[in-house]
Order: sequence, then structure tokens, then C-alpha cells
Amino acid sequence: MLVLFFLSSGLFLGWSLGANDAANVFGTAVGSRMVRFTTAALICSVFVVLGSVVGGAGAAGTLGQLGAIDAMGGAFMVAFAAALTITAMTKLGLPVSTSQAVVGAIIGWNFFSGVLTDTASLTMIVVTWVICPILSGAFAVLFYVLSRRLVRRLRPHLLWDDMVTRWALIAVGAFGSYSLGANNIGNVMGVFVPVAPFPGLDLPFGLALSGAQQLFLLGGLAIALGVFTYSRHVMGTVGGNLFKLTPQMALVVVLAHSVVLFLFASQRLEHALLSVGLPALPLVPVSSSQAVIGAVVGLGLLKGGHGIRYRVLVDIAAGWVTTPIIACLLAFVGLFVLQNVFAVPVNRPHAYELSPQVIERVDRLGLPVAGLETVKGGHYTTQFSLNRALRDATGLDAKQRERVVRAAEVDRYLVDPARIAQDVKPGWFEPEQIAAIKSLVGREYRHSWQLLEELESRTPAWRLLPESPRNRLDNDRLKKQRRLLLIALRAEPGGAPTVE
Amino acid sequence: MPILLFKRTRALVVQIDEFLDTVGQAALLFERGVADYVAGRHDHFETHYRAIDDAEHRADELRRNIEKQLYRHSLIPEARGDVLGLLETTDDVVNQAKHTLGMFLVERPELLPGMNDDWTALGATAARTAEAMVLATRAFFRDPYTVNDHLHKVYFYEKEGDRQAMALKRRIFDTDAELARKTHLRYFVLNVDRISDASEEVADRLAIYTIKRTV
Repeated sequence: MLVLFFLSSGLFLGWSLGANDAANVFGTAVGSRMVRFTTAALICSVFVVLGSVVGGAGAAGTLGQLGAIDAMGGAFMVAFAAALTITAMTKLGLPVSTSQAVVGAIIGWNFFSGVLTDTASLTMIVVTWVICPILSGAFAVLFYVLSRRLVRRLRPHLLWDDMVTRWALIAVGAFGSYSLGANNIGNVMGVFVPVAPFPGLDLPFGLALSGAQQLFLLGGLAIALGVFTYSRHVMGTVGGNLFKLTPQMALVVVLAHSVVLFLFASQRLEHALLSVGLPALPLVPVSSSQAVIGAVVGLGLLKGGHGIRYRVLVDIAAGWVTTPIIACLLAFVGLFVLQNVFAVPVNRPHAYELSPQVIERVDRLGLPVAGLETVKGGHYTTQFSLNRALRDATGLDAKQRERVVRAAEVDRYLVDPARIAQDVKPGWFEPEQIAAIKSLVGREYRHSWQLLEELESRTPAWRLLPESPRNRLDNDRLKKQRRLLLIALRAEPGGAPTVE
Repeated sequence: MPILLFKRTRALVVQIDEFLDTVGQAALLFERGVADYVAGRHDHFETHYRAIDDAEHRADELRRNIEKQLYRHSLIPEARGDVLGLLETTDDVVNQAKHTLGMFLVERPELLPGMNDDWTALGATAARTAEAMVLATRAFFRDPYTVNDHLHKVYFYEKEGDRQAMALKRRIFDTDAELARKTHLRYFVLNVDRISDASEEVADRLAIYTIKRTV
């Protein structure tokens, strides 16, 4: 029951995403009366749920890396702060981005919990906020030019054109809804994934739903509810505010938006690109509002830029800057209240130590150890405090300090036969990997890296390959396996372990 | 569902084509009707009048049906207003053609001698204007980028019709015929030329609608 209460903020966030972002997918089609609202809402709901459950894992993982929220109370407040920001900004008439609100709220949790924000993930996310609208605008221009050429070549009758556009809007809307579900479910439920309380569920016909997928299904249903109950009004008004769109332009905008969201969410596409040695886009939850606005502005610029209402554009950009800041502040204040007034734990207690073994490990990682001796032996309860001590005592840069902090995290791991039998299943791990785990039965470790180093020494199946685009796919799989194993063998369950 | 939509769209495309065929046919019937009246072939004239009457009814019926379908199924929401306006003004050309031939039938104006060729040419120019307008309208539905190729012909024939009408009126009023007869004939010159004016009105709308569709 308490779990459902904590999840309610995620469902609230899902509802607000459905109410707002569904308008990005079908708003122009419904606004231009090409598709009826009920048709749009039904298709959108079905495909959002499908996208959430089938393809939601990719983008959700990045949020887990940004800030591994390790307590239900913390996840509740992060989602609540994001949802509150979105609702407040919507009431003020400012267009909002769910992913920005969520990222802001996670950083708020990081500040509150004294956890270092993973700079690599944050940089990746912020860079996509810039790339996403630009890419979407570029796609929109490309699709528009191509579609115009096609129309000129095929010369369809006005009515055939209308019929094809209508069906294309429905098909692309369905694709957009799938992509929205796959990409943005990470925003709605991503923060709950590390603390997912649901066991795996076996369904008929050999289907199975993992704990995360059950969360995504719930989130998808919340989004669908938002679509049905509140998106009608937003759908009716979207599209015409920034630049007047024709149905054909609306189609191009939705297609560009959907392709961009898909590119940033599809694990299969990433795998396909990497397997042929091509660079892949990071799997990050991007803002569907940004994608739509990028596409609309792209088309506006293609038409000479005269029809664009720049005032509206400035307001939107201002909203993009303020959303994460407001969400961050709200989350921080909310977490403070939740922890100190309602006595709800919002994070797990952590410990960090710079033991001689940790210093040796840091040395093996190729990082300079000069100055570490001065902070040796100290015990720290937050990443911030250790980071501060390192900054004062050593010449390590921020990235290097981040790695030292991760190596210094203390967490008890127990190689317990019962847990191995329950969680280390052949479907998830290679036989060689399982054999290596079983050879360590009865042992205990203070740091995650100690367990992993031990496993690496037993079999190459646990060793990460040298970093290169070609090896990224294998390494990603291996990292996932290492994370799963650590969750399974952790003495005190809950939260996501830190893996160096 | 998609098959039903496909059939409905195809039926509507056929109806629009038939409507434009009817307008084009009415223009030809008008030209023939004027030529028959001028040549004194009254039987033929009456046959053509009956044919244009049928065409006018058919055009009305098709137009109403197309309009109903467009509204009922919310088709072409962006261009619906334009298309409805276009169909109505195009229908006005047929109405005007029938109305003018009807006046010839009822009022039987006595033409002045030596001007038969002028009357025939005026009727032919009005028909050419309407034909060019039909081509432009058809292009609007099928290939909006070529509408202008036809529009300039509409404007050319309309101007030519005005010039011919003016010349004919001057010739009529230069004769010693009674003023009442001359005034009566001027009234007919104006009505024949009105076909070109109605076509020009359609062309003006088309020019704007085409910009909207191709921008």
C-alpha cells in the first residue's frame, strides 16, 4: 500500500506527461481537424503503453546513472517535484519539458543526499537538449523538401492527398506515441527503477514482465489516462501558437519529432549502428516538446522565417532554462520536508573510506595517488564530503575525484548460495560467469569493485573490453550483468549500487 | 475501414471531375446555342437550350452532393472553404450560360444585319474563357503548380471578350435602328460577355487559393 502511495507521484507525473506531451504527437492533427480527438486519444494511449513496456528500458537507464535514487521516499519526491513543476508551468502558460523537470529534480536529490552528479551522464543529457531541437528541425526540413518533391512528382488529387495525409498522420502519430512511451517513460518511472519493488511476473504464452516493465506499464497507463482526461484542450490549441501549420506540415513535424525520439530511445537501432561500426546516439530521455518546437521552427525558417512568432519562441526558451532550476529547488525543499517533518527516509545511509586497498585500486585505475595518504583512514557519509576532502588534499580534477569516490564506497556483498539460486539465472548470465560466481560462495566483500575484480580474475567473461565503438555493445551488456549481480548479492537490498 | 475511405475518396474525385466536365460541356453548348440563334437555326438552338438546362441541373446536383460529402466526412479541412467557394462560383458560370440562352429563347432579340460574325465570335470567346477556367480548376485539384499556365488564358480571353463586346456595342449604336432595339441588343451583348466575367471571378479565386496551396 505504501509502495502505491510512493508511486502515486510517478503516476501524477505520467498523467501530466500524457496531458501535455500527447498534444505534441497528435495536437496538430486534431487541431487541424484531420483526426478526431477520440481516434487520436485511443491510438496514442495504446501505443504509449506499448512503447513504455516494450522499449522503455534504454532511455530509463541513463536517468538511473544520473542519480541512482536509492529510497522510495526520494523517488516519490523527485517525481512529485517534477510533476508539480510541470503543472505549475502549464498553469502559467509556459511550455514544459518533462525530461528537464525530472533531470532538475534528480539533481535536487543529488544535492540533498550529498551524491555527486554523474557529470558524463549530465553532460550527455544537456547536450541532447541542444541537439534534439536542432536535429528535429533538420529532419523536418529534410522530410518537408522530400515530401514536396514527391507530391510534385506524383501529383495526387487534392482529395487523395487529404486521405493519404490523414492516414499518414494516424500512422506517424502511432509511431510518435510509441516513441514517446519508449523515450519518456524513463522520465515518469525511471527514478523508481532502482527501487522497483515488483518481482518478475510470468504471463501466458511464454511472456514475462520484469519488475521495471511492470512499473513502465503502470506509467504507460497513467500517461494514457492523461491523454484521455486532459489533453483535448491542449491538442486543440497546439500547433498554431508558434507557426501556422498546414496538415502536410503537421505530418512532417510529427514525423521528425517521432524519429528523433525513436533515435534517442531505440536500443535495437543503437545495437544495429554499433554492430556495423557506426557511432550511435546516446539513449537519453529527450523532450518531446523540444523536438516538436525544433521541427516547427525548422519549417518556419525554411519558409523564410517571416511567420515565426519570435516572442513566443523566446518565452519557450526561457521555460527550458527555468524548468530544471525550479524542479531542482522544489525537490530539494520537498526532500527536506519529507525527511525532517514526516520522518520518511529519502536516501540510504552511505559510507566511504579511503583504505589502503582503495588507494591500491585507485592506483590500478591509473589515477594519481599523490596526496591520497593525507585523507587515508577518514570515514565519510556523503560523496560530497569525501569529494571536498579530496579537492583540498589532492590535485585530482573533478572527473578523477568522481572515480575515487566511487571506488571508496563501502557496501557489503555476500556471495550467498540462496541468492545465487534465486537471482543468478542462466537467461541473464553466461554459464562461465555463473561458474565464476559459484566458485566464490561464502565470501564477503566491502567494495563492489573487489567482488568484480575477483570475478575478472576467474574468467574473461566478466572482464570489460577496451573502450571502442565496436566493443560498446558487449561492454554495455556486461555492465548491465555486473549491475544485476551486485544488486543480487548486496547484503542490504535496495537502491542501485555504484559501479566503477 | 481503409477500403471504405478509399472508395469514398474515389467516388468524390469522380464527382468533382464530372462536375467540371459538365461546366466545360455547358460552355460548348452555349457557344453552339449562340451560333444557332445568330444563324436562325431555331430548332437546333432549342435543342441546345434544353441540353444546357440539363447540364445546369446536373451541375447543381453534383455541387450539392460534393459539398455535403466534404462537410459530412470533414474532408480537406484546410482547403474546404476554398473548394466550396470555388465550386459555387464555377457553378455560377453554368447558371449564367443557361440564363443568357434562356433570354434569347424568351425575348428573341432581332439582330441587326451584318453583325452575325461579331455575335458568334463573342459567344465563342465567352466559351473559350469558361473552358480555360475549367482547365485551371481541374489543375487546382490535380496539380496546383500548373494552374497559372491556364489562368493567363482565362484573363486573355476575358479581355478579348470585353474588347469584342465594346466593338459590337459601338457598331450597334452606330446604326440608325430604333433606340429601344439598340438598347435591347446591348443588354444581350452584356449578358453574353457576363460568361467571361463569371469565369474571371473563378480565376481570381483560383489565383489566391493556388498560392495558399503551393506556398
